[in-house]
Amino acid sequence: MWLRCLLSLGALWLTAAPASAYVAYVSNEKGNTVTVIDTDKWAVTATIKVGQRPRGIEFTRDGKFVMVAVGDDDTIQMIDTKTLQIVDTLPSGPDPELFTQDAAGKTLYVANENDNTVTVIDIAKRTRLGDIQVGVEPEGMMVSPDGKILICTSETTNMAHFIDTSTREVAANVLVDSRPRFAEFKHDGSELWVSSEIGGTVSIIDPVKHVVIGKVTFNIPGLRSEAIQPVGIGMTKDDKTAFVALGPANRVAVVDATTHAVTKYLLVGQRVWHMAFTPDEKYLMVTNGVSNDVSVIDVAAQKVLKSIQVGELPWGVTISP
Amino acid sequence: MSSTTVDNSRSGFSLSEYVTCLNGIVWREALRFLHQRERFVSALVRPLVWLFIFAAGFRQVLGISIIPPYETYILYEVYIAPGLMAMIHLFNGMQSSLSMVYDREMGNMRTLLVSPLPRGYLLFCKLLAGTAVSLLQVYAFLLIAWFWDITPPPIGYLTLLPALILSGLMLGALGMLISSGIKQLENFAGVMNFVIFPMFFASSALYPLWRVQEGSPMLYYVCQWNPFTHAVELIRFALYGQVNWISLAVVAGCTAAFMIGAIFAYDPSRGLARRGPAGGET
Repeated sequence: MWLRCLLSLGALWLTAAPASAYVAYVSNEKGNTVTVIDTDKWAVTATIKVGQRPRGIEFTRDGKFVMVAVGDDDTIQMIDTKTLQIVDTLPSGPDPELFTQDAAGKTLYVANENDNTVTVIDIAKRTRLGDIQVGVEPEGMMVSPDGKILICTSETTNMAHFIDTSTREVAANVLVDSRPRFAEFKHDGSELWVSSEIGGTVSIIDPVKHVVIGKVTFNIPGLRSEAIQPVGIGMTKDDKTAFVALGPANRVAVVDATTHAVTKYLLVGQRVWHMAFTPDEKYLMVTNGVSNDVSVIDVAAQKVLKSIQVGELPWGVTISP
Repeated sequence: MSSTTVDNSRSGFSLSEYVTCLNGIVWREALRFLHQRERFVSALVRPLVWLFIFAAGFRQVLGISIIPPYETYILYEVYIAPGLMAMIHLFNGMQSSLSMVYDREMGNMRTLLVSPLPRGYLLFCKLLAGTAVSLLQVYAFLLIAWFWDITPPPIGYLTLLPALILSGLMLGALGMLISSGIKQLENFAGVMNFVIFPMFFASSALYPLWRVQEGSPMLYYVCQWNPFTHAVELIRFALYGQVNWISLAVVAGCTAAFMIGAIFAYDPSRGLARRGPAGGET
C-alpha cells in the first residue's frame, strides 16, 4: 500500500515536469526589448533590442517571424526567429498598438492608436492595402473564426466596431463599458467577448445580432472595484473556460465560458496585461507590467506555476506555433 | 515499560529491548494524546485561527514578492502555513516538557528514569514520542489547509516528513532542556511566555525576513539567530521538495546541542537530582 502511494507520488512528480518545447516572445514596453523564453526550461534565452515602445506582438502563421508593433517608431518590426535579428518592417499607421491577422496569415490588421484608423497590410508583400476609419484610440483587434468580420475596439469611443473584411467597411457598432481594451471570439463564433478596463466588465456580444447579451463582473474580496481592470482575454479551444487578466488587481480570473461566472482568481504579478496559450494549451503565459515578469499558469490545474523576470514593463506575449 | 525484564548485571542491551522501551514510551504518549481529545482539537484550532482570521486580515497588507522556495506570487495564507506547522511543533515541544514537569511532580518520572536503559536513550524516546504526536497534528492541519487553497506539490507532503521530524526533535529537546530547570508546574507558564512568544514572533513564521529588515534591522538579526526561524525555513523549503542547507545545519546543530544539554541536565549526578527534591521526584 505504502509502496503504491510512493510510486504514484513519484509518477505525479515526473508528470509535473514540463514536456513542451515552445518559444515565447515577450514585448517590454519601457525596456524597448523583446525577451525570448524557452518554455521547456521556463528560462530567458535571449533579449532582442527592438524599436521604441514595443507592445502588440505575434508570430506569423508559418512561425518564421515575430511581428512587433513599435508604437513610438510608427512601424511594425519583423524578427527572424532563427537569427533573432530584425529583418524587415511592415508599414503601419502612426503609433501602432495591437494587431491581428487572418487565419491564412496573409493579411494583417493594425490598430493605430493615435490615428483612429486600422491599417490593412499584405504580410508577404510587406505593403499597405488600405486604411479603415474607426473610433478614437483603437486597440483591441480580432478576426472572427469564419474570417468575415474584423473587430476593432476603440478605447475612447467605448465601442466594438464590426468591420466587413471583404468591403473593409464598418458594418455595425456595439456600445460597451468604458475603455474597451481587448476582443476575443469563441472558437465556434457564437460569442464575442470585449473587456472594458475602466468599466471593470467583460461584455458578451452576439456577433450576429450585434447586441450585448451578458456581462462578466468581477469581485475580489478586499480589493477596491477600481483596482479591477479587465484587459487581456484567453479562451480555451473547447470554448469552456476563459481567462481574463485584471490589470492592477494582480489576478487572472478563471471564467466558466458557458455560464459566464467567475470560478476562481489566480494571483499573478502586478498589473497583469496580456496573455498567450502554448499550442498544446497546457500552459498560459501572462505579462505583469509593473513587476516586470511573466507568470506561467497550468491551464488544467488552474494554478500559477512560476513567474519569470523579463524586461521593463512587459506588455504582450506570443508563443511559437 | 513494565513488561521489559532486564538483567542489571549485563553491561549491554539487545536491540529488541531498546525497541520495547521505545514502543512503551511512544505508546504511552499516544494513549495519553488519544485520551485527551480536547488537546488534539485545541492544538488544531490554534494554527487554524491564525490561518483563517489573522491571515485573512493581513492578506492585502504585506504586499507581494517572490522569495525562495516560492517560484511565483503567493497569498499570505500560503506564506504563513509553514510557520504555523512549526508553531504546532513549538507548542507540542513545550507541552511535552510541561508533561515532564507534571510527571516529576506526580512521581511518574521515577518509573521512567529507574529503567536500566541509558538515560539519554530514555529521553530520546520521550522526544521521539512527543514528535510523533506532533506530526499527526501537523498533517491534520495540512489536510484542513488544503481546502483553504494551500496546495503544495504532492511530493512535498513526503519531503516534508524528515524536516518535520528534525524540527520537532529540536523544539522537543529545547522544551526538555527548559523543563529540567523547572521545579514546579506553576513556574512553567511564565517560562512558556518567555520562550514561545519571543521565539514565534521574532522569526520568519509570520513575515518574510526582508520585510522585518525594512522595519527593524536589529530585529532582523535577532530573527536570523533564532533557531525557530530555521525550523520554519527548513519546513517551508521541504514542503516544496527543496532543502535549505543553512537551516538544516542550524536545526541539526541545535537539536544536538539541546539534546546533550537535556541529557546533562537530567543526569542524576549533575542535573535534576542534585537540585534536591521537587514534588514527587528525588
